[in-house]
Amino acid sequence: MSTSAILIVAGAFLASAVEMVEALTIVLGVGVVRGWRSTLIGVAAASIVLAVLVAALGPALKQVPIETLRLVVGALLLAFGLQWLRKAILRSGGFKALHDEDEVYRQERDQAAAAGKDEKAGLDWYSFTIAFKGVLLEGLEVVFIVIAFGSAQHRLGLAAAGAGAAVVLVLVAGVLARGPLSRVPENTIKFAVGLLLTSFGCFWGAEGVGVDWPGNELSLLAVIAFFSVFSIIVVRALRRRPAALVPAEVKA
Amino acid sequence: MRYIRSFGRFWWNFIVGDDWRVAVGIAVALGATSLLTHEGVNAWWLMPPALAVITAGSLWRAISRS
Repeated sequence: MSTSAILIVAGAFLASAVEMVEALTIVLGVGVVRGWRSTLIGVAAASIVLAVLVAALGPALKQVPIETLRLVVGALLLAFGLQWLRKAILRSGGFKALHDEDEVYRQERDQAAAAGKDEKAGLDWYSFTIAFKGVLLEGLEVVFIVIAFGSAQHRLGLAAAGAGAAVVLVLVAGVLARGPLSRVPENTIKFAVGLLLTSFGCFWGAEGVGVDWPGNELSLLAVIAFFSVFSIIVVRALRRRPAALVPAEVKA
Repeated sequence: MRYIRSFGRFWWNFIVGDDWRVAVGIAVALGATSLLTHEGVNAWWLMPPALAVITAGSLWRAISRS
């Protein structure tokens, strides 16, 4: 397996894992309080929408010339990746609150308990819509990453397998833990995903406008190293500045 | 109309995020790399430092606001 293939699987796996941990917290918070039937139907409906998106967009993107595809995917990955990286640096530097799954879980439970009863089509509409929206919004980021990683290298199956493995792992861990996976190092994983998205975006975006990277795929490792060193330097500089103490964050 | 506006806002937030200058910076960096490449310069060295500068600027703005 080539360097980029390994990194594509790793990137899709990590991005999927961190987003699915957040989706699991939302689903658990609603399901435990209001029951599982409508919640799980919401999860299933969102999963079908996400699967249809991958199935429809993946093959369609194969028709686009590879140089154009890499430029577009590279630019989108950069826009997306720099958001992740920026937030991760701010969190590590003490300028943004760390994500706290236990706090999110508590809030989801409180809101689910306080919400009134609203039945539509035989479903508890609150449970259905919260589970549907939670899985769809968290999953949309994973779908975007899987399609971007997969299409730019024509390895959609590989990226989807990486993301799918993370979904299974998070589900199994959630069932075993019977609670939010608050011990997963989410912020570290988000940092790694931000680095991978930015590096792949830089690599493919430049290739898309005609750049020949020295050493081809090997220079991807150098790009990752560059952004890693840059991030570490910036985080250290931020930690030396007086930062406002921020409470635990309840949103991604 | 409201649906279209909120749909557009969702995708704007999803892709561009809370600092549009980063998206503009990425477009400028890719454009400059493209220009150099078409002039016969293999400008592989331009994107990484350009992105580092763009990120540093965005971080600086975020910290200044906090």
